Parts: sequence; C-alpha cells; structure tokens
Amino acid sequence: MKQNGDYYQRDRTLHPPALTPGYKTSVARSPQYALISLQNSVGEITGPVFGHNDIDPLDNDLLNNYASPGENPIGERIILHGRVLDENARPVPETLVEIWQANAGGRYRHKKDTYLAPIDPNFGGCGRTITDENGYYYFRTVKPGAYPWRNHVNNWRPAHIHVSVFGSAFNQRLISQCYFEGDPLIPICPIVQTIPDQDAIEQLTAKLDLNATIPLDTIAYKFDIVLRGRRSTLFENRLEGN
Amino acid sequence: MPQELQYLRETASQTAGPYVHIGLAPGAAGFDIYKQELGHDIVGPNAKGERIRVEGRVIDGTGSPVKDVLLEVWQANAQGIYAHPEGGGEVEDGFRGWGRVITDFETGEWSFETVKPGPTGGGNVGTQAPHINLWLVARGINVGLNTRMYFSDEAAANAKDPVLNMIEWEARRPTLIATRTEQDGLAVYRFDIRLQGENETVFFDV
Repeated sequence: MKQNGDYYQRDRTLHPPALTPGYKTSVARSPQYALISLQNSVGEITGPVFGHNDIDPLDNDLLNNYASPGENPIGERIILHGRVLDENARPVPETLVEIWQANAGGRYRHKKDTYLAPIDPNFGGCGRTITDENGYYYFRTVKPGAYPWRNHVNNWRPAHIHVSVFGSAFNQRLISQCYFEGDPLIPICPIVQTIPDQDAIEQLTAKLDLNATIPLDTIAYKFDIVLRGRRSTLFENRLEGN
Repeated sequence: MPQELQYLRETASQTAGPYVHIGLAPGAAGFDIYKQELGHDIVGPNAKGERIRVEGRVIDGTGSPVKDVLLEVWQANAQGIYAHPEGGGEVEDGFRGWGRVITDFETGEWSFETVKPGPTGGGNVGTQAPHINLWLVARGINVGLNTRMYFSDEAAANAKDPVLNMIEWEARRPTLIATRTEQDGLAVYRFDIRLQGENETVFFDV
C-alpha cells in the first residue's frame, strides 16, 4: 500500500540565509544558532484547510475590490496568473494564495508608508484566491511601481508583488515576492540579492505572457509557484520510493 | 549538488517586508477591505478543553521588540487531533487550529486566545508533549521562522518530549517553554521569542 511520507527537506542553498548584511534589517533579526532539523511528525505534515466559504469570489480582483463603483485604479492593468505546483510537478489544488502590493506609484496603503507618491483612492492593494483542481490561480491588478526604502540611501525596490502560499502542510508555508521580467532594479536590489542562487532569482521573475493577455484590455504575466514535494512511501514497512 | 532527476525546485523565500499587514491582516492593521478576515478564530465555539490566552513579544538582537511581526499558529485540539485529513481524527465543528496575529505597532505585544492542545501522536517520532507550532515572518527575516511553544505546567510530558530531547543543548530547551500565570481566572501563558543573542529561541528546520 502506498502512503504519503515526509516532505523533501528544504534546500537551504537556494533560499536566503538568515544573515544577509546588505539587507540591513536582517542583521539584528537573524538567529545565530543553526536551525534544529526535525523529522516530520503530524504537526508538520498537516496544515490549515481553507474553503471557498472563507473568501469572497471577487477577492482576487484588485481592479475592483477597493474601487468605487464604476471606477478603477490608475496604472497598467495586468493579469498575474500561474499554477501552484510541488517539487514533483504535481498541482497543489484548493490552496490559499494571498498577495499584497504597492499601487502604480509605489505607495502602499499602510500607515507606516510615508513615501510622497500619492495613495490611489480606488486601490487597496491586497487580494486572495484559492487554486482550482489543477493548482491554477489568477489575479487582476495594476502593475506596482518601484519605491525607495531606507537601507542604503539610494535603494529602490523593483516592482514586486508579495505572495503568500499555504500548500497542504504547515511545513510548506511560504512567503515570497514576484518580480517582473526585464526590470533593471532586480539585479541591484539588496533583498533580491539575499538569494544566493541565480536560477532561484530567475524563478521569482514573472514572465510576460502574451497568450494570456486580453487584447485592448489587460496585459498578462505568468508566475508559477513551487512548494515542497513529498515522498511516497511504499508498503507499510516504510520502504521508501517514488 | 545539481540533480539530473526531473524535480522542480522550490520557490525561494523572500522577506514579508514592512507592510505584510495590509496583505495578511488588513483588518487587524485598521484597513477594512475583506468581508471576512482569516485567522482570528483559532478553535471556534465548540472546542473542548481549557480556554487559554497566549501572549508575548518578539525581541531582536539588540533587545528591542519587533513591532512589525506577523505570527501564525498551528495546533491540535484538546484531544491532540489536527484539523486536517491526516490529523488523526475528527475535530469539533468550527475548530480550525490555525490563527494569525500581528503585534501592537506601539508596544510589540501580541496575543491570541485558544484552547490548550492535547499531546499529539506517534508516527515516526513518538508521543509529543502539548505544544503549539508557530511560524513568524517580518521585515528582516528572509525565511519564515518555525518554532514551538510548550507549556510550563506540563513538566512531566515536556521531560519526555522527543523534540525537546533532540535539542542537544539542555540550556536552550527552556526557550520553548511558556510560563503559566493566571489573570482573572484565565490561564495566561507568556512566551517571548528572542531572535538573536542571549537566550535565543530555538528555531526549527521542519
């Protein structure tokens, strides 16, 4: 009998280390001791289950979820879409995907953001959705602007959308950021450059997707998200294999 | 080592940044956009077991409270069952076992109300003392940090817990144990998380 087994261990060489001095805030917020590695137990291989009753079907439409009736936010209208897959390339269905972002001018609707670019009265900047049976998700939004931040004096974040994904186990929990193909700020951003692996950075870059654009309406970017995969365990004596 | 086998690679983590609240806890941050915000009700009205409150702060390497952290809670019910198909059984109607809290922007204090979980079972690891799984993200944290909170009034179970016992340095184990007090008849557990330095909390690679 084939049973689900442990999740593949996280490849910490593709993720950023905790201490990345170029990103200054990490200096005092990074543990100094090594992480203690845990063999999976029930608390790691389980995680919260969300259903369609938890969210509103229009929560994935940032063009409308905070706009006055008949109005839309200012900015480049985009579709951000893709699939949530695991490392075995299997779709992750019925999982919660949440996003948040700045508006077209690079300003967040957050009281701690005091950048002089104005708030857009028709743009909130957050959305959420649940993947379908094929792991597919989509959002409609505006492309966010770059914004300055107090790290080095002249640091600017590339345009990005923050992405939060659950998967089906608490040890798949992931927050990352989606960048946009061709942005010259990507290679000089200290937060992007916390990632030691160039291919992993490339994987965070959404690609222009002309096939998914809506002509004369909305341009599209494709962003697939990969969560940790899982061993399948053959037979009850735990002879492992896939 | 590069693999020749056809596996995908996990998407790399990035910090949640300073504005995580507008995305994951907009209502808690004073921004009204969703009809229903997730993560406020961990156990629902029907949960059996002792009602408790958990509170604490996250403290950085300079001793300062981290005022922009977001924590997620994942726990079993009082019978030790997680609300998941592989969680070991059925849970009470309305019990999710998951919650999400942010800190007070002025003080860095966070808190949540829940029920005390029961010991969780077996598998490869053996019976585990009651604990709450925590995951925290913030600006300056590149990959979300996993830790566990155990209970000071479960000393016997804690002494046999396979995860606590796996931590070779005994002096570090108490960083995972919340201190029980009572306030107005309610059990309150204090759990400060130290990201770095003296008494640094144990974090796990799960």
